[in-house]
Amino acid sequence: MKTTRLSRRVFLKGAVVAGAGLTMGFDLAGGRRALAQTEPFVPNAWIRITPDDIVTVIVGKSDMGQGVLTSMPMLIAEELEADWSKIRTEQAPAAPQVYGNPAIGGMQLTGGSTSVRSSWLTLRQAGAAAKEMLVEAAARQWGVDPAACTAENGAVLHPPTGRRLTYGQLTDTAARVPVPPNPKLKDPKNFKLIGKRVKRLENPPKVDGSAIYGIDVKMAGMLIATVVRCPVFGGKAKSFDASGAQAVAGVRHVVPISSGIAVVADAYWPAKLGRDALVIEWDEGPNAGLSTAGIRAMLEAAAKQPGRVARQEGDAATALAAAARRVEAVYEVPFLAHATMEPMSCTASVRADGADVWTGTQWQDGTQKVTASITGLPLEAIKVHTTLLGGGFGRRFEQDFVTETVEIAKAVSAPVKLVWSREDDMRHDFYRPATYNALAAGIDAQGRPLAWSHRIVGPSIAARAFPPLIRDGIDPTSVEGAANIPYAIPNIHVEAIMKDTGVPVGFWRSVGSSQNAFITECFLDEVAAAAGRDPYELRRALLTKSPRHLTVLELAAAQAGWGKPPAPGRARGIAVAESFGSVVADVAEVSVSSEGEVRVHRVVCAVDCGLVVNPDTVEAQMEGATVYGLTAALRGAITIAGGHVEQSNFHDYPLLRINEMPTVEVHILPSAEAPGGVGEPGTPPIAPAVVNAIFAATGTRIRSLPISTHELRRV
Amino acid sequence: MATLNVNQREYTANARPDTPLLWVLRDSLGLTGTKYGCGMALCGACTVHLDGEPVRSCVTPLSAAQGRAVTTIEGLAPSSDHPVQRAWVQEEVAQCGYCQPGQIMSAAALLARTPTPSDADIDAAMAGNLCRCGTYQRIRRAIHAAAKLAGGTR
Repeated sequence: MKTTRLSRRVFLKGAVVAGAGLTMGFDLAGGRRALAQTEPFVPNAWIRITPDDIVTVIVGKSDMGQGVLTSMPMLIAEELEADWSKIRTEQAPAAPQVYGNPAIGGMQLTGGSTSVRSSWLTLRQAGAAAKEMLVEAAARQWGVDPAACTAENGAVLHPPTGRRLTYGQLTDTAARVPVPPNPKLKDPKNFKLIGKRVKRLENPPKVDGSAIYGIDVKMAGMLIATVVRCPVFGGKAKSFDASGAQAVAGVRHVVPISSGIAVVADAYWPAKLGRDALVIEWDEGPNAGLSTAGIRAMLEAAAKQPGRVARQEGDAATALAAAARRVEAVYEVPFLAHATMEPMSCTASVRADGADVWTGTQWQDGTQKVTASITGLPLEAIKVHTTLLGGGFGRRFEQDFVTETVEIAKAVSAPVKLVWSREDDMRHDFYRPATYNALAAGIDAQGRPLAWSHRIVGPSIAARAFPPLIRDGIDPTSVEGAANIPYAIPNIHVEAIMKDTGVPVGFWRSVGSSQNAFITECFLDEVAAAAGRDPYELRRALLTKSPRHLTVLELAAAQAGWGKPPAPGRARGIAVAESFGSVVADVAEVSVSSEGEVRVHRVVCAVDCGLVVNPDTVEAQMEGATVYGLTAALRGAITIAGGHVEQSNFHDYPLLRINEMPTVEVHILPSAEAPGGVGEPGTPPIAPAVVNAIFAATGTRIRSLPISTHELRRV
Repeated sequence: MATLNVNQREYTANARPDTPLLWVLRDSLGLTGTKYGCGMALCGACTVHLDGEPVRSCVTPLSAAQGRAVTTIEGLAPSSDHPVQRAWVQEEVAQCGYCQPGQIMSAAALLARTPTPSDADIDAAMAGNLCRCGTYQRIRRAIHAAAKLAGGTR
């Protein structure tokens, strides 16, 4: 990880953005005692200390359950030596010049499991700088050497004289202290908060109904909107008859917008009844004939051509031709919906002089930009208020629901809350890409893998969402988890073909690794079976140059009791995957009934995510990511007929329920390395671990997901 | 105008009698703790109590709630200190938290009938509540903890 130094410019700019009177640069009256503290101390864009000793941390990341409203304050409080009980949080405004994510091109975006990674040094430096300023302020008030002072639990102490001033008593003086250019960071061995199971600050309001998500925003005079979109991707409304909708009591407006027809009412229910009464004639456009079978054929045909090379080592073709034994297989994965529990929602107020948008967004400056472009207002007139996100998983990076809301609010000249139905959410998502994969491996006479070849065909997320990501014709999100397989195989060839299918695709928790770990880790299991080798031992033998993978794999295997027989009727599968800077290995214990019903009983998960900020959060994310991946593996599928999504709600896109929940045991590898990602890396290994366990249980090799589409029988 | 007893308070709501209770609570009464997730009684996010029994408010018409005591997450306990709520915080159940009001209402109803539930009791009572963040393991742990907390205060 690169070291980021906070420039004074960023500190100053940030302080202005944080909206408090900054007094740095004023006459440094030095040593003068401020008796009554009157102003907050705002040393930078992330911290505001008020005379009541409250330390407000301004959080530039969005909280979708991954706990940044606790982990970000922890980074600051650690170095600030704050009193944790005095910490409060506030969501940052849209200000990418300050809160932009250096790991994602400077966009103010929460994604890619980057929150801790991108803030690890920055926020600690912000806390350390503020602490040094407070110490300097106290030393000036006392007329002593700052080196003789210490900071602890929200106060500065002067041990020789026993004097003590709380941070709240120092705000005026501290505001006049220059920002230190190189604040000193603590030695990790002295951490008091980082690495501890700190209780989540944002969780108590989630148990009494007071937590506010985008769908909960209320404001005076607000109307509620629903939108009917063409069921066929890319279709448009040709004409519509609003008379039925307008006849519903409570319906105020029916307005066409870029994505369809909006019904705006006093409340959701009349808006919904109005929408049901709309008569719309659609121009379904070129995708009207699209089907899952057609898309599969399209991808299969594209796979006949060579792709762009993502990784080449040795000469896989020659080695394959010479191999004692060849294994070949085709692996396929379906489109998947995010299905956040909170359907998309957004509230906007558009006025002549400015606009406000309240929503659970993963991309604040994206929200700001689309609002500016629709309203014609300058960026600085657009205020983005980030609420809690009722699940994100990549879906709330998108701005489609913001665009709709702002268009409607502008059209009706009133504050509008747009509420998507579950059906809207399921049928108008940006789906995890469906892909078609042709693989081949060559094994020598001693059972050693000599060659690995993988051709990936699928739609590109970057082509739609962020074209600059594409390099040499390769979307890195298509090949992550495939091009970087960690195994010491002398001849490796991985290539990719971008093939648009007409179905919109987007970032889905763990992105390319979500499918590529399944494909590569199951195919490696096939290679092990063909070579007559234990799948764990083969991996170990091939991971000699990947020590992180090896350690994590061995930890999972040891904790799971690999090599000892599982409980009667159960079988084990193993998989390891690196994504977002972390490595996770899973051992799944599975049974398959005589009727073919698959049950996952136990998942042993080992993770190396570098230095851990909050172990409880890491465990929670591993548990949750496992469930997310397990739902997809067992039964997740979005299918297309007549150009539209066939699924609509949780009856036909079923999620894992509590009665199907396996025990998930998380083992965190102790590490002093820089933090890795945590929100996503738990998802990739679970599908291959389960599918490999099913092979161990039944001898049936599943090469396409979901598992529910296969007939299984226990052997 | 319909009158409705919610959390031991009388409200009047300007809504059609066939309006789902969920939307009356959220839009007419401003009680947004009860969540919309599916509108078809498939996910449990909208769970409230009607005379102490858990119901899915997204498919319960306003007319069916009239004359009965409606309890929402906001009214579960006077200081949000129901054993289930305390256990939920203690066990750090919530991730995004959106489904949790519904989970908590289902769990509170379970404990009211079955003070010390088994895992099978929990599965049976909670299988209608979806959580996309996958907090099920902690929900199970928190229900057991809540049973202990409730027993301790008895």
